[in-house]
Amino acid sequence: MDWTLLLQLTLNGLIVGALYGVVAMSFVLIYKASQVVNFAQGEFLLVGAWVCWWMLTEWQLPFWMGFLFTLAFMTIFGMVLQVMVLRPLIGEPVISVIMATIGLGIFFQALMKWIFGVFAKPFPPIFTTEQVSLLGLQVQTVYLMSLGISILIMAGFAWFFTVSKHGLAMRATAFDQQVAQSLGISVPKVFAMSWAISAVVSAVAGVVVGVVNGVSSALSFYGIKVFPAVIVGGLDSVVGAVLGGLIVGLLENWAQYLDAGWLNWGNMYTVAPFYALILILLVKPYGLFGTRNIERV
Amino acid sequence: MSATTPSGDFRTSYREDMTIFPTRNSRIALWAGLALLLASPLLLGRYELGLLINIGIMGIAALGLNILVGFTGQISIGHAAFFGFGAFASAWLHEGWHIPVAFCIPLAGLMTALVGLVFGAPAARLKGLYLAIATLAAQFILEDFFARAQWFTGGVAGRITEPFALGGWVADREETYLYVVVAYVVVMFLGAANLMRTRDGRALVAVRDHYLSAEVMGINLAYYRTLSFGIASFYAGIGGALYAHYLLFVSVEAFNILFSIQFLGMVIIGGLGSIMGSLMGAAFMVLLPEVVQAGADLLAGGAIDRALKLGASISFLREMAVGAAIILFLLFEPDGLAHRWRLIKAYWKLYPYSH
Repeated sequence: MDWTLLLQLTLNGLIVGALYGVVAMSFVLIYKASQVVNFAQGEFLLVGAWVCWWMLTEWQLPFWMGFLFTLAFMTIFGMVLQVMVLRPLIGEPVISVIMATIGLGIFFQALMKWIFGVFAKPFPPIFTTEQVSLLGLQVQTVYLMSLGISILIMAGFAWFFTVSKHGLAMRATAFDQQVAQSLGISVPKVFAMSWAISAVVSAVAGVVVGVVNGVSSALSFYGIKVFPAVIVGGLDSVVGAVLGGLIVGLLENWAQYLDAGWLNWGNMYTVAPFYALILILLVKPYGLFGTRNIERV
Repeated sequence: MSATTPSGDFRTSYREDMTIFPTRNSRIALWAGLALLLASPLLLGRYELGLLINIGIMGIAALGLNILVGFTGQISIGHAAFFGFGAFASAWLHEGWHIPVAFCIPLAGLMTALVGLVFGAPAARLKGLYLAIATLAAQFILEDFFARAQWFTGGVAGRITEPFALGGWVADREETYLYVVVAYVVVMFLGAANLMRTRDGRALVAVRDHYLSAEVMGINLAYYRTLSFGIASFYAGIGGALYAHYLLFVSVEAFNILFSIQFLGMVIIGGLGSIMGSLMGAAFMVLLPEVVQAGADLLAGGAIDRALKLGASISFLREMAVGAAIILFLLFEPDGLAHRWRLIKAYWKLYPYSH
């Protein structure tokens, strides 16, 4: 047993898992508020990261300014998508809504490749110190930043949904649209807001991953990795999404450890979460924390 | 459907109601179209014949997906993986077991149907979103299997396949292979049209329309959901096998998620729950890149071309066109090309009085 490697992979798993958790949270946010499964979540990361990269390299803005501009852009981006594409599809069958988000996904993925090219491009360095020592392990500063930002976003979500007025309005809409409407909540506004918040949060995750690994179309794969996470956690549970993200992050790193040490199958890092997904769907079709639909005729 | 049937078109027997080609004109059009298709090797170049072959192959696979999505209401985002499985299965049967290619194709269809049933077993309990995600997992697991199973797929190097041969007749060129594809298209489409007239076909539609009512009426939900998955995989397998013996080479990377999305796009664009629509959607998806290419060629050398790097990024433009086509159809023509076609027919049938 190689304990240092295992510990290192576990730490990686937690860091990546926290990011998965953040993306899964913003996915669940859209699903809860507007009942849309967003297959373009990964493209939110991609678009956000590219926009931020463009601000920093082409316009030479300082990081905080480019970051704020990116967030502003993503707010508008999310709202425009919701209003232009998803709003006309309210009341259409599930397949249409899913296909619309898939269409958006491949459209923006190809658009980003067209504008920025297919090769990964690094962010300008943000920290002066590259690595810090933690519990005897060498950890890159950007990883710590990534973990910090993830925890910050999760805390922000917790505050938003338990204290703020808009968050409560969103929860009310998720619970029952008609009742929410009769209490004076504007449901279309809540839908648009949920898309905007989701796009912004995903973009933050995208920028973080971009700073760590460089920006490339590989970012949109986070949108696919989100599915095992939300299925583990249950499609409509924010807490479940965070836990699901952590579990998937740990699972893929441990699968890689097993793979490198004993199995030698290769590629387990990518595929293991999907095996887990199928197994969970076989045993618990509504995830670990999801609400079970009870249907009456 | 009923909105586009002109008044005065009464059906007086069940036989008339069930018929696949309801009017004399539609039967004449069918025979004329087939005759034209069979004569096309004399009229068209190899490139155009290749497009026709592609439309036929994609049409078969899209029809399978339409049976699953359009008729049964189950979503699959892993259709290309099953298509790919059919392609490899046929190549493997021929090379490993020395079965003639003509028999490999249907056998590959059956093998793919079996794999589809395996993945369809969890689908029996799932529906909607959860099923979509489960099939997404199937896509990645099968893709990983293709890359891993060297004995079956030839690994990363891919697998070279033999051309279709029956007796002494070898279909190794577009001019001859078109006949093979046309034969399969006719058989598979008539098969689907007939399936939809049987109890099983109507049961599938009932599961889609209201599965609780269907269950109350005595339809076994798990059985029909799994069956639908099996049929869809069978069609995908046949399509994949035809694809393998057309290209004469199968590569592991070809059957990715974008390909799956294209199949879904064909079904949406053609029309959910329309048999002819599957073929129309396939034609649209096969011809769309050609249109994009033609547009880029038209602008080639000009200022727009230089400013936007059109020539170098044509593959991205094609992907964007696929995504945009799916979204635009969902927003502006959600019933697909088949519905538009019915409207056009009704318009001319009723002309000049539109009621």
